[in-house]
Amino acid sequence: MKKHSALRTAFPYTIPVLSGYVVLGAAFGILMSKQGISLFWIAFASIFIYAGSMQFVAVALLSTGFDYLSAFLMTLIINARHLFYGISFLQKYKNMGKFKPYLVLSLTDETFSLLCSTEPPDGISAKWFYFYISLLNHIYWVAGTVLGGILGALIKFDTKGLEFVLTALFIVIFIDQWKSTKNHIPATIGVFSTVVCRILFGSSDFLIPSMAAIILMLTLIRKPLERRAIK
Amino acid sequence: MNNGNTELFLFFSLLSLGTVVTRALPFLVFPENKKMPKYIKYLSDVLPYTTIGMLVVYCMKDVSLTTAPFALPEIISIAAITILHLIKKNTLLSIGIGTALYIILVNFVF
Repeated sequence: MKKHSALRTAFPYTIPVLSGYVVLGAAFGILMSKQGISLFWIAFASIFIYAGSMQFVAVALLSTGFDYLSAFLMTLIINARHLFYGISFLQKYKNMGKFKPYLVLSLTDETFSLLCSTEPPDGISAKWFYFYISLLNHIYWVAGTVLGGILGALIKFDTKGLEFVLTALFIVIFIDQWKSTKNHIPATIGVFSTVVCRILFGSSDFLIPSMAAIILMLTLIRKPLERRAIK
Repeated sequence: MNNGNTELFLFFSLLSLGTVVTRALPFLVFPENKKMPKYIKYLSDVLPYTTIGMLVVYCMKDVSLTTAPFALPEIISIAAITILHLIKKNTLLSIGIGTALYIILVNFVF
């Protein structure tokens, strides 16, 4: 009984994520399918990686072959923001019992922002409520990407330009972040270091130098930067 | 390109492992209200901003400013996304229109 009412209560909260995940997931599925990746691997990636931006970057990484070290480091750096989410939810996810591992591992950008602003209504178990929100979002993502994979196999025409969906996504996040803070130094360092490394190292070898340059610069300017509030 | 199943399994598993590490680490390192090192706290504050900046550039790694069409489809689409997003503040709308515009530009204009 408790479980069913938690599911019914959780569902309406997830509708915005449903539309977003199905659209973005479908774009990911189409791009993967155009790379010759089968439905099985598309579903595998969405179930076990379940990190939208990282999966889009994986499309780009796959197009240049299997560079495992770069790919792994790239995952750590792109998903480093999840450290921040986890740290923010240390309190919220206390006493979650057997749900905790799944709640922790399914904490995407969207689930995080949804749960940030959402508390379970009176009489609804927090564990089950958070669990269903996380699970529904996960299902939407997997369904969207598989749908895209099917579409990609059906669509015979050229999808040239569709990969720009990733650029558009990051531009939008960049704008949102830019507006959310007065301190633009971290964002500027990210753009600046990467542009310089792209020019110096060329388009296939600049990622690891960029990440190293970013960590180095952030470490060097830590003291002055910490004196200014980030938010 | 060779998309062997073994390579794909290794590739996706590594990405999965990397994601699991970043998601689980805070909960493993700071189980019960344990104070986190200031340096880690600092990185988790600034990295989200820096990473997106890096990713924006990464997406355009193969764009050339010196050969035709001189990054014009990218510049026009990004300008459109920025203006649209500042006015409408609707993430899906900005991404949808921006991508559609880009597809039209690279397929039919340039």
